Amino acid sequence: MNPDMTEPVSSPLVSSTFTLDGDEIPYAPGQTVIQAALAAGKYIPHLCYHPEFKPHGSCKLCTVKVNGRPASSCTTAAQDGLNVESETPDIKDKRRTLVQMLLVEGNHFCPSCEKSGNCMLQGLAYDLGVMSPHFPQIFPTRPVDASHPDTLLDFNRCILCELCVRASSEVDHKGVFALSGRGITKHLIVNSESGRLGDTDFAATDKAAEVCPVGVILKKRVGFAVPIGERKYDPVPISVQTVSHTHKKETV
Amino acid sequence: MPVNANSDQVLPALLARHRHNPTRLVQILREAQEALGWLSPQTLGIIAAGIDLPLARVTGVAGFYSFFHTEPRGRYRVLWSDNITDRMLGNQDLMQEMCKSLWLEAGHLSEDGLVSVDTTSCTGMCDQGPAILVNYRAITRMTSQRVAEVCELIRTETPVEQWPADFFNIDNNIQRADILLRSSLPPGDALRAAIARKPGAQSTLDEIKRSNLRGRGGAGFTTGLKWEACRNATGSGATPARYIVCNADEGEPGTFKDRVLLTEQADLVFEGMTVAGYVVGAHKGLIYLRGEYRYLLDHLESVLARRRAEGLLGHNILQQPGFDFDIEIHLGAGAYICGEESALIESLEGKRGVPRNRPPFPVTNGYLDQPTTVNNVETLAAAALIAKHGGDWFRQIGTEKSAGTKILSISGDCARPGIYEYPFGVSIAQVLEDCGATNVQAVQVSGPSGVCVAADDFKRRIGFEDLATAGAFMIFGDKRDMFEVARNFAHFFAHESCGFCTPCRVGTTLLKNCMDKIHAGHGSEYDINEIFKINHLLQAASHCGLGHSACNPMFDTLQKFRPAYERRLKSLAFEPAFSLDDALAQARQMTGRDDAGAHLATSE
Ligand SMILES: Cc1cc2nc3c(=O)[nH]c(=O)nc-3n(C[C@H](O)[C@H](O)[C@H](O)COP(=O)(O)O)c2cc1C
Ligand code: SF4
Ligand code: SF4
Ligand code: FES
Repeated sequence: MNPDMTEPVSSPLVSSTFTLDGDEIPYAPGQTVIQAALAAGKYIPHLCYHPEFKPHGSCKLCTVKVNGRPASSCTTAAQDGLNVESETPDIKDKRRTLVQMLLVEGNHFCPSCEKSGNCMLQGLAYDLGVMSPHFPQIFPTRPVDASHPDTLLDFNRCILCELCVRASSEVDHKGVFALSGRGITKHLIVNSESGRLGDTDFAATDKAAEVCPVGVILKKRVGFAVPIGERKYDPVPISVQTVSHTHKKETV
Repeated sequence: MPVNANSDQVLPALLARHRHNPTRLVQILREAQEALGWLSPQTLGIIAAGIDLPLARVTGVAGFYSFFHTEPRGRYRVLWSDNITDRMLGNQDLMQEMCKSLWLEAGHLSEDGLVSVDTTSCTGMCDQGPAILVNYRAITRMTSQRVAEVCELIRTETPVEQWPADFFNIDNNIQRADILLRSSLPPGDALRAAIARKPGAQSTLDEIKRSNLRGRGGAGFTTGLKWEACRNATGSGATPARYIVCNADEGEPGTFKDRVLLTEQADLVFEGMTVAGYVVGAHKGLIYLRGEYRYLLDHLESVLARRRAEGLLGHNILQQPGFDFDIEIHLGAGAYICGEESALIESLEGKRGVPRNRPPFPVTNGYLDQPTTVNNVETLAAAALIAKHGGDWFRQIGTEKSAGTKILSISGDCARPGIYEYPFGVSIAQVLEDCGATNVQAVQVSGPSGVCVAADDFKRRIGFEDLATAGAFMIFGDKRDMFEVARNFAHFFAHESCGFCTPCRVGTTLLKNCMDKIHAGHGSEYDINEIFKINHLLQAASHCGLGHSACNPMFDTLQKFRPAYERRLKSLAFEPAFSLDDALAQARQMTGRDDAGAHLATSE
């Protein structure tokens, strides 16, 4: 039997808090669990969620338990009285496994990556205590695209979060990026007959140029401007930084 | 596949027929490929411009479905159904024979560009395998002789339309019929009964609810509640509407009952859809027919045309003012995930078949964001009978919790494979006796995503209270290797994962690799633990039912048939998957050698 559900979920009583690992979290109508948590200064790991875009629900790093059942906190609507568990050993273990899966799915050689230190995947891996990729590497063949004058695409590091796809279509109104293939062969493609970025109308000033959480979409000619060790997630873990950043924005 | 047609001639008319509508993209791609042989970058470019979508979006949709080719695949495309039941009937050897005879390698185009041979997921012909598709037309019961005949027809470049007609015969194999398969309900009778029931459509909804009918597609949701939720939902936007969708994707390996229902009882299914339209207040129905059943299209279209002529579809059906309903058929293109209702709706809208985030559910936000009822073929056929005979009549059949009958598709080790319709509550043992199965080791109920039932559980019964099933019933005799069964299913899920979410996209491939490693004799206890670990993650973090159940076959067989794994394991705690000898395979192939001297000495 396929355990998919068709039942509509009944609407909650009107009120305004749920609990996350025992803490009361206030929320505004329309917020999802992760949005309310981040606004309240509580970090839930995430990769495909970005505050400026509609939640996507694909990376599953934000998986929590809601009233005892696993759910993605980025797409689960906040409701009164929900009991959300996030920082349990079991959930953290699952998140580590997900990070490891993403690491073996692509080709990630952090020491030589320009994004090292600014990369959310790497930041999460450190924060969660991922000591190794654990699984056998899949080693996909993913050629680099250096055809664009200002931007380099290194698909080896793509985690398929679709943020660039969404940014290019929803914000830039260009549709430069799309996905093709399916399953493990799913991959990012660009919108030109040659399949090369240089033949699209992509510009380095596009929103799509700045959303990639990992090191795929890179500015040319700025390599290693900040030394590794002094970059974004080097001094302070991603979990601490994300919430203090969001929290600051919310409270200003 | 005619190849002399050229895209400038074909595409403008095709695009116009689809009104340059991007939600028709999957149908446009299918028809373009049927006319042109494959989807060249040029073809995709014309289509993208014609429906005003970025080329990459169109390419990405084409790249999702395994029956669409963005590279030439030859004038003859042979696909071998690769379900475990086909394997048990020897499809692998036969495919090798075919490849040898045609001088090619599976998965690659022949050097002259004429033909390619590959495998595909179960094509729904398990009771008459091994089965192939040639240019998407099914040929069943393959033998060495038939392989030779097919190869000859290909070598002589005989168009598939001119191949002997009996090659394409497909049997219904109905071995046991009950209310659905025996039905001789005259077309229109259920609709007349629904219209006559006063005060209105609500009365027929009440009958559906009273009947206790539950979905036959797997999840078993109560049909009356689904219809009611859709009826109560209101459409939105510029063209508010409600839709009825018939799920005829039937992709679960081992399932072929919807194929037979659509062949034998198409009227009953269409009648059920029309009753649903009447009850829910929808004016349009869509059938999502799996691409493997392309050959049914003409038959179904002719039944629809007859029903239109009889006033059972169209405007003012049966002279009821305002009762407008018509049905359109969409074809899938080789993607199991499109059986999942929200992925199906995405595909109907011309997109990649990726399951949506839910809520909202289709009953409120489905096709084109409008309230949509998605039901399985069998559910709709049963609904037609309920509309005619009433809910009380239906619920006295079957058991208290499972009203009515269930059609089983029986394949594997038995004397009489085929279609069996039983009242709910029948035991596995009874079914096995009826189909002539002896010395049975296990039955896979409801396909790879279902459960593997071992002999000590054959008293268990088919029904929502015990063994819920979408219909697959694959039988494994005591000589079968249950590890190989699970490994076949692991390959199926890895091939069919849509790739949207991390756990399933990566996890199904890791599982497949793990099973292959054990198969190759490099497995250890460590790998078994990895399987359990991935199972936990898939259950907890997958986005949809495919991921949730993708490890079931391994989990079940490890619980019930562990020795099948253990005899393959090395005793070490960990063994690398890498084998130096295998790494030399390419060199052996290039030099045409396979003698002992071309292998590394092994110390076993
Ligand atoms: C991976 C997956 C594949 C599915 N395939 C089918 C299918 O081929 N046919 C079907 O009727 N339902 C299938 N379903 C179930 C549908 O999502 C849906 O529940 C069903 O069509 C509802 O109809 P019913 O209530 O009449 O059963 C599938 C579900 C999943 C998760
Ligand atoms: S390129 Fe970056 S933003 Fe785009 S899908 Fe890949 S990881 Fe996400
Ligand atoms: S579980 Fe698998 S099939 Fe379902 S959405 Fe995730 S990747 Fe796609
Ligand atoms: S952040 Fe929720 S699934 Fe990616």
